Amino acid sequence: MQLELLVSKFQEKDEKAFETLYNMYSESMHGVIFNIVRDPDIAQEIMQDVFIKAWHKADSYSAKKGRFFTWILNIARNAAIDKTRSKNFKNTKQNLNSDFFVDIIESNESLDDQTDAIGIKKFVSKLADKCKQVIELLYFKGYTQKEASETLEMPIGTIKTRNRKCISELRNMLDV
Amino acid sequence: MFNMNTKEYIESGILELYVAGTLSEKESQEVYALTLKHPELLDEVLKIEAAIIKLTAAVSPRDSKLFYTSIKDKITNNNDTKVIPLDNKPNKQWFTYVSWAASIVFAAGMLWFANQNNQLKEQIRIADVDKELLEVQIEKGNTSLTEAKKLISVLRDKDIIPVPLAGQAVYPEAYAKVYWDKKSNSIVLDAQGLPEPPKGKVYQVWSLKLNPLTPTSLGVIADFNSDENKLFTIENANASEAFGITLEPEGGSESPTLEQLYTLGAVASAP
Repeated sequence: MQLELLVSKFQEKDEKAFETLYNMYSESMHGVIFNIVRDPDIAQEIMQDVFIKAWHKADSYSAKKGRFFTWILNIARNAAIDKTRSKNFKNTKQNLNSDFFVDIIESNESLDDQTDAIGIKKFVSKLADKCKQVIELLYFKGYTQKEASETLEMPIGTIKTRNRKCISELRNMLDV
Repeated sequence: MFNMNTKEYIESGILELYVAGTLSEKESQEVYALTLKHPELLDEVLKIEAAIIKLTAAVSPRDSKLFYTSIKDKITNNNDTKVIPLDNKPNKQWFTYVSWAASIVFAAGMLWFANQNNQLKEQIRIADVDKELLEVQIEKGNTSLTEAKKLISVLRDKDIIPVPLAGQAVYPEAYAKVYWDKKSNSIVLDAQGLPEPPKGKVYQVWSLKLNPLTPTSLGVIADFNSDENKLFTIENANASEAFGITLEPEGGSESPTLEQLYTLGAVASAP
């Protein structure tokens, strides 16, 4: 089914459409959230909340403002970041692992029986540090171009072109 | 984008930022509009998105598909109330339960009030809009009435010269009437019998001297379609011998387009 159609059915509260979208994006959101909170139970809980929230806020999505994936990605990142700021979370997780998503992928055993996993493991092990940082900030953490440029002490334009190069490499590796 | 071809646009890296969600709302809207126009841009966006989805999914610690049923339960049964186990250490926690219950009732009450308040506000807003609409209608009615009264007074005035204008070759069914008030140097044109002018065209009213034929423009009727009574008061200080109405391009013409002469009528010579 066309994505547009799927999304508009979802906005009309079609539960089947919602399930399809869930199957398309939940794993991805789960990864993004886990990379921020670094706790499998908490990540799972937030991921479920994110989709429940998306269901209730379905009206607020508009294709004009961006991709559906990007919309739900924003909800996921914000929910995860909110969690890390909560008092409860701070008390239990004093030291958040400072590794990148890369380290999680490399040690992720549940990946071994997935088709794309080999490509991705290969990709991240070869990935230049600069790519790791840019992808981490822009996609996993939701930094703006400006914030990323300040954090990495790089001109804004460089962030854009470097990111393009890194994503192109990833696509080569995954054949998309 | 406008000076860039799609390939350069893709190479700029803006689509990767679009998927990441780091563009401003305005920039995102531009990208969206361009993807509708250029399928190759949409294709690129889909591929970027697919790569990011696979990459981020690889970080997931568990198989998310297993949890769908619990989400489904929550979105389909959101009316279920939570069961609070009261038999669990009843004496010690009695107070806690009651205060929880009280705060839930209180919160529900507040929500109800907020909701009622919003509904009332909405009703007031609707009533305001209705009122404005009615005022506009009254205003319109008053204007129509004034015009009608004016026409009656014109018709009854003995010094007024009525000039019927007959339909011409281009539209024989057309007719109009001019009531010429020489004292006030004005005419009232009753154009009820003219068809609505096509888009981009307007009627232009002419005062004519017959020998030799000399047309003088009295102006165009720009508001023909919006005027309900089709009554137009126009200044005329000419020694008119006839009146004519032609269809002209918007804004009017220097001299009448005779092939588009809709109505024409001569002033009856004074007895």
